[in-house]
Amino acid sequence: MASPLLEVTDLACRRGSRPVFDRLSFGLGGGELLALTGRNGSGKTTLLRALAGLVRPDAGTIRWQGEDVAGDPDTWRGRLAWLGHLDGLKGDLTVAENLETAERLRGGDAARLDSALVAFDLGPLAARPVRTLSAGQRRRTALARVVLAAAPLWLLDEPLNALDAPAQAAFRSALQKHLEGGGLAIAATHAALGVVGRTLELAA
Amino acid sequence: MIGFLSLLRRDLRLVWRRPGDVGVVLAFFVVAVVLFPLGIGPETNVLTRIAAGVLWCAALFAALLSLERLFAADYEDGTLDLLLLAPWPLELAALAKCGAHWIVTGLPLSLLAPLLGVAFGLEPESLFILFVTLLVGTPALSLTGGLAAALTLGARKSGALLALLALPLCVPTLIFGAGAVEALAMGEGIVTHVAILAALALVALATMPWAIAAALRQAGE
Repeated sequence: MASPLLEVTDLACRRGSRPVFDRLSFGLGGGELLALTGRNGSGKTTLLRALAGLVRPDAGTIRWQGEDVAGDPDTWRGRLAWLGHLDGLKGDLTVAENLETAERLRGGDAARLDSALVAFDLGPLAARPVRTLSAGQRRRTALARVVLAAAPLWLLDEPLNALDAPAQAAFRSALQKHLEGGGLAIAATHAALGVVGRTLELAA
Repeated sequence: MIGFLSLLRRDLRLVWRRPGDVGVVLAFFVVAVVLFPLGIGPETNVLTRIAAGVLWCAALFAALLSLERLFAADYEDGTLDLLLLAPWPLELAALAKCGAHWIVTGLPLSLLAPLLGVAFGLEPESLFILFVTLLVGTPALSLTGGLAAALTLGARKSGALLALLALPLCVPTLIFGAGAVEALAMGEGIVTHVAILAALALVALATMPWAIAAALRQAGE
């Protein structure tokens, strides 16, 4: 069997003096979804931030196609699409401006902006400033940003937060499409994502 | 480069959407400066002598006033994570943010100061030098202040802490900025002053983006 695209070995993180997780290893191949579960404070967000390189792990390696990602962090960040527990949107910019700016910050050209808007039914909201939107509408905008990024690895922190049923369905179909296209996704979640994938339970 | 320019444009656009934020800073500058003639009285000799120092100090305080939100807004709404995760150097992002700050505060302050200098009875030549020194010196304020803003991210009372950190670092810029106008009045050359100001700004330009980026990474953990 070919080695997985993403390979995490013996990852360990501490917060202050408290170990959050220790000796965590897993591999993820193209088209695979990994759901991170566990109690509050079990380290789901810290693991996602460590994978993204936002938190420096105390031990262990993260490999992409066999190469340690710490060797070339810029390229690694270019492979990621990030959805944090904060939406990462500017209230004074419109939905379309937020998406376009975020994509340009990634060095992209936002050519697929319209399809990302349509995927989350944001067309009618595109010209509205984000500060006038509800929490669910903001979450949809943040998810549209992830789709727009066209990155191979999605890192999602509670993607279903504040989403209503139609928006959850839109997210599921976007995730399904991403996985069918050979993409990878790691999502910290409490609720079932409704997409076939593996689960990694973090102990509190 | 696309990322740098789009970040600069984003920040300028955000200011454009809320012109009040910059308006308050400039209004503070004007009010603070105008208080001095009112407090000291209409003795032109005294006023002319302190004009450059007063204008420079007020510009420094006004710049600090707006620095508190420089990274805090991005930190609170999660867009700082997107900057940290952008596939290009964070140092450039820090530079873009400080650059945007300078365009919306340092530049207008430099333009406003000579107008206020008239109230202090400064000569046209002194007014011009005031403009030049502020234009050359304020980038250093935006950059060193940017470092203080990044270091105080997430801290309680970050505004006061920011001022405590940034003000001592801005002392050299202040001394040579205000000193240039003084030197002109004494009939000395001002080239040295302006050259030192430019050197300070260049040193800030060459070091601060790295320091700010390191502080931002720390804040992101």
